[in-house]
Amino acid sequence: MNLTKNRTLYIYVLLYFAFLYIPVMFLPLFSFNEGIHMAFPLKGFSTQHYEDMWNSPQLFDALGNSIYVGVVSSLIATMLAFFASRAFTKYKFWGQSLSYGAILTPFLIPEIILAIALLVIWVSIGLPLGLTPIIIGHVLFCTPFCMIILIARMEGFDNHLEEASRDLGEGVLMTFWRVSFPILLPGLIAAFLLGFIISFDEFLLAMFLQGSDQTLPIYMWGQLRFARRLPHVLALGAVIIVATSLIVMLAYWLRNVGQPQDKQDLTFKM
Amino acid sequence: MLKWWNSFYAKSDNAKAYVLLSPALILVVIGMAVPLIAVFSVSFTTQASFVIDYTPTFDRYIEFMDTSTRTGNVLTTLLGRSLSISFLVAFFTLITTYPVAYYVAFYVKKNKMLWLVLMTLPFWTSYLLRVFAWKLILGHGGVINASLMTVGFIDEPLGFLMYSQTAVVITLAHAWAAFALLPLYVSLEKIDHSLIEASYDLGCTKFETFWRVVWPLSLPGVIGAVLIIFIPTVGDYVTPALVGGTEGRMLSNMIQTYFGRANNFPLGAASAVIMLISVALITFAVNVVTKRLTQRL
Repeated sequence: MNLTKNRTLYIYVLLYFAFLYIPVMFLPLFSFNEGIHMAFPLKGFSTQHYEDMWNSPQLFDALGNSIYVGVVSSLIATMLAFFASRAFTKYKFWGQSLSYGAILTPFLIPEIILAIALLVIWVSIGLPLGLTPIIIGHVLFCTPFCMIILIARMEGFDNHLEEASRDLGEGVLMTFWRVSFPILLPGLIAAFLLGFIISFDEFLLAMFLQGSDQTLPIYMWGQLRFARRLPHVLALGAVIIVATSLIVMLAYWLRNVGQPQDKQDLTFKM
Repeated sequence: MLKWWNSFYAKSDNAKAYVLLSPALILVVIGMAVPLIAVFSVSFTTQASFVIDYTPTFDRYIEFMDTSTRTGNVLTTLLGRSLSISFLVAFFTLITTYPVAYYVAFYVKKNKMLWLVLMTLPFWTSYLLRVFAWKLILGHGGVINASLMTVGFIDEPLGFLMYSQTAVVITLAHAWAAFALLPLYVSLEKIDHSLIEASYDLGCTKFETFWRVVWPLSLPGVIGAVLIIFIPTVGDYVTPALVGGTEGRMLSNMIQTYFGRANNFPLGAASAVIMLISVALITFAVNVVTKRLTQRL
């Protein structure tokens, strides 16, 4: 079979990528448009919406909350995922696939179920809603993702390196600190960054579990209802898109850095 | 005691593995399993204003299923609609992404990583914003209607574009694309090219080769893609709320109302349990059918 060229397919693929990318591009486009109506024809170039964004103290509170929630949940999730992936890649054990499925489940079930489950338990214990239950939800949600990334990374890890270090007289902790940790560090940072992005963007858990503290997606959701407040959400959206893309590219690069060519991967195999 | 544990630990891979797994597993049990049991229990209670009566009863499930009442009618309709919309989304996403995954797996030789980045990057940008972008496109003064009106094809905005099931399906198929692209790509990538060559050598046409060699071998990816889109989208809230209107409302929007304004936790919990069971049953059925199908290969 001639697997070098297929023009029809190529054109379809280009169209599909247009479908994938163009909708998102409208946000930055309209964010520079004058006036509050998001419709064609465009009225003129203006940075007014960015100024409005800059002058919204509520927005910055929400941003602060989101960064706090994102960093804490992703740190915990990366740690849990790290231990779990060590277990899955180093040992063969009883109940292996069951444990794997259990850790993956929070990511696989409809998110609203996880959200109301946490809401019900939190309310029935009588604890106040707020950022803490959101963090718990986000850790549950991010851990499977971080684990998938770390397992892929650890499968390329040569266990002999650790054995060599032990034979040369290092203890378990120092072996980890001086051998395994530096090798796995890029993968850990990649997992942390992607976990952070997931938490940063997450809306539904935050909506159900929010107390008086808003996260950024909740703030945006609140603003979407008011036509007048909308344009500065577009400006914010444009900033988020650029920032997220940069972080994801960095994470992708870190996922593969130092990996042999045949182990490089950007998919998420479960 | 400690000595016994140490020697046991040194010998047992099981012990070592579970020590490492325990933090994650404990979190799943406390953070998900126990709360799910709580939801299950609440679904058997009755709520009058702010007080919950804990006498066990099936009334909430009867309320859900009884189509002669307004509540039951609405809820069963919404469940059916959630399932059918998710099915459509999974199907539509599958047929639109399959050729793309096929192209990247078989035709792209250089810069595969770049293509993978392109396939997954939109997934990472805020879900809320991606859904909202479709509101800008499909809305009454949106991109499609405005351009069609400027060109003169239509005189007034097309109503079916926005606040409809069509809008929900298009938006979801866009938002979940990466979840289909990746499993499809992974399964197509694995296919041994010599099998395809063999099929040609044995006289198969392009179409026969695809239908009898490539497609069956890519089935695990196809099933994976369909399930990983179907399951979460059944419970999607944002998309129907933003672009669905009344016609595109889904069960999640109602569940949210029960846990919010309507303040009826038991009925909300029962709806969630029914949603979870429906999804589980469908997933199970799909898995059984796939096993049957792939056994014949």
